Amino acid sequence: MSMIGRHLLGINGLTREQVEYLLTTAEQFVEVSTRNVKKVPTLRGKTVINLFLEASTRTRSSFEIAGKRMSADVVNVSGSSSSTTKGETLIDTALTLESMDPDVVVIRHASSGAAHLIAKHLTRASVINAGDGLHEHPSQALLDALTMRQAFGTIEGLTVTIVGDVLRSRVARSNIHLLRLFGCSVRVVAPPTLAKKAEFEALGCQVFYHMPEALEGADVVMSLRMKHEYLKDLFVPNLDEYSRKYIVSEPMLARYAPNCKVLAPGPIIRGTEITSEVADGPRSLISRQVTNGVAVRMALLYVLGARRSDAARERDEEIEPLGLEAEASS
Amino acid sequence: MSSEPQRLLIQGGRVLDPASGLDGAFDILVEGQRIAAVDKPGQFTGVGDVQVLSAKGLLVTPGLVDIHVHLREPGQEWKETVLTGSRAAVAGGFTTVCCMPNTKPVNDAASVTEFILEQAERANLCRVHPIGAITLGLKGESLAPYLELAEAGCVAFSDDGRPVTNSAIMRKALEYNFLTGAVLTVHEEDLQLSEGFSMNESARSVKLGLKGMPDAAENVMIARDIELARLTGGRVHFCHVSTARGVTLIRRAKEDGIPVTAEVLPHNFTLDDSAVEGFDTQAKMSMPLRSPEDVAAMAKALQEGVIDCIASDHAPHEADSKNVEFDKASFGILGLQTTLPLTLAKVRSGEFTLMRAIEALTVAPAKCLNLSAGTLAKGALADITFIDLERSITLEPKHIRSKSKNTPFYGWELQGLAAKTMVGGRLVFDSEEAGE
Repeated sequence: MSMIGRHLLGINGLTREQVEYLLTTAEQFVEVSTRNVKKVPTLRGKTVINLFLEASTRTRSSFEIAGKRMSADVVNVSGSSSSTTKGETLIDTALTLESMDPDVVVIRHASSGAAHLIAKHLTRASVINAGDGLHEHPSQALLDALTMRQAFGTIEGLTVTIVGDVLRSRVARSNIHLLRLFGCSVRVVAPPTLAKKAEFEALGCQVFYHMPEALEGADVVMSLRMKHEYLKDLFVPNLDEYSRKYIVSEPMLARYAPNCKVLAPGPIIRGTEITSEVADGPRSLISRQVTNGVAVRMALLYVLGARRSDAARERDEEIEPLGLEAEASS
Repeated sequence: MSSEPQRLLIQGGRVLDPASGLDGAFDILVEGQRIAAVDKPGQFTGVGDVQVLSAKGLLVTPGLVDIHVHLREPGQEWKETVLTGSRAAVAGGFTTVCCMPNTKPVNDAASVTEFILEQAERANLCRVHPIGAITLGLKGESLAPYLELAEAGCVAFSDDGRPVTNSAIMRKALEYNFLTGAVLTVHEEDLQLSEGFSMNESARSVKLGLKGMPDAAENVMIARDIELARLTGGRVHFCHVSTARGVTLIRRAKEDGIPVTAEVLPHNFTLDDSAVEGFDTQAKMSMPLRSPEDVAAMAKALQEGVIDCIASDHAPHEADSKNVEFDKASFGILGLQTTLPLTLAKVRSGEFTLMRAIEALTVAPAKCLNLSAGTLAKGALADITFIDLERSITLEPKHIRSKSKNTPFYGWELQGLAAKTMVGGRLVFDSEEAGE
């Protein structure tokens, strides 16, 4: 069994040591993507299913590229093509896929707890939660942490301000859990309809309604997208009023957090949540996050996917070493 | 056929009858379907030919009354039927149950009421009293035919599962029911505040990323209906109260002399919303499991009588409707076989007195809906529950008599169970015969 157990369902429940192990493993995979031939044979013969039952571009392609760079066979199953739209239950979909003996099932789903549900029912495959409802998005928090670690040398003790729709953000939740493990001071700032005071304080955050006090001395500012697909989902009068007060802009950062770096899980909405000056400027680590995302997901697939199957264990087959040497054929 | 009524002497038990305040060693003489007399042991020596039923070591109480169950028939017979629900009822010590109208079709016409009563007669186990709809089709738009329904056998009216959102409709329903004398039993939920909820709104719901129902969603509707009860003088019974603030509102209303009553469900004085951790869909119900403070307030309010009675909200659901994503899972759990032991657990912990606990399961719920049940008085129907306070089981699916098996209490040590259940002088459940 791997260092983190069979599944990765969330950051909540992991120890600091487990997170550090994952980050250190990911660090070793960063270099692979810089090679001319971006492929290692580590997961050759392993099968990864990306079960994405909610729309996703960046996370799905990141997991797909990660799997392929590890030489795993990667199959994508998306919402529109899956049987769930025909009325099949999630458990049946998962069991059907498991019968094809994948080593890892990566799941993205609109319901909180969906990854837990299939993990409860799958008997062999490992489950990676690639985002469940408003609950958790652990690989995003890990890639954010890796990005911060690279920028600051350590995550320990950083002051991180999360701006925007924290109430409906699984990214915020996973980040809060992770950063609290490292003794970070985590601030959330948003209109009071979203930055629920008692609830976020219970998660170990400081809650702010105004940008200046929330930004004061922050090392990292994380900008979240405002959800506004439906009118009733709008927790503010309109987005213009929201951005006047909460947009992450260079003058604001220069004044209150002059040394901060900026992260955003994306998609970023320029001019509403973040100005182009910040998104494209020297503080921005946004494209670094995306690059690190592949390395983090390679690490997760390695840690969970390289487990020996029961049959292999009986035959005492070795787990592949990290396998960072390039493909022989290259 | 003998014209002489059958005579039965219940001997050797501890009789507890909250309706009369009786508690001690008494014997009960049953003639036919009714209680002929209750007296000190030995007083019935000269009564001639009687069959003797030993209640040695057992607590003898009025038959338990549950004014809030879902029997799912007609329309959802795969979840439960009147027969299987009646089996669960008598195994849980209940001799009277009142079933909610959210059947398919809705119980908003005499034909549906009559069908349920016919099924109950066929089952021939416990007494089943249908509750009719407040509004046609439970749609909240127009009044159901209360006189027709009452004549067919409905004992109260409810849109349970949904609130009556239109205050003017609720007002008219209260006023019109002066004709029937029936109580309106109401599910209090502001549907906008609760939209999309699958658990209590709390720090935990935010952590789990599940939409929560704030306690205010329940409280604002309780407050509204207190005002409508005051305005009209109509009788309102609050179903499944789950919040401390709701208790405060009801306490104040009663002090003001407003005609309201209230029930609490065992899970709302037993479990808090931490049971949802791990996304266990057996912990999903409406009203949701609330905060530890709410749970403590419910127990206190029941003991004090601010909450009048205990009901189960027995809500059978097939496994398939629970084996899905948390936000898609059905609301509700079984209750008929767990209500008595969960209540008695609170007696052992000192939160309820035994007298109050049994009152809240017998005469108190009967009074809430004006039913003539829940007493061992001379002349009353011989509906009697024999409770073994010592016996316990570790709950497993095999113990469940319902067609559905949805409960969060598997693996719990449940102590204090019905040993025998008697309806109208006839034993309808005997745990020894049941091999338990």
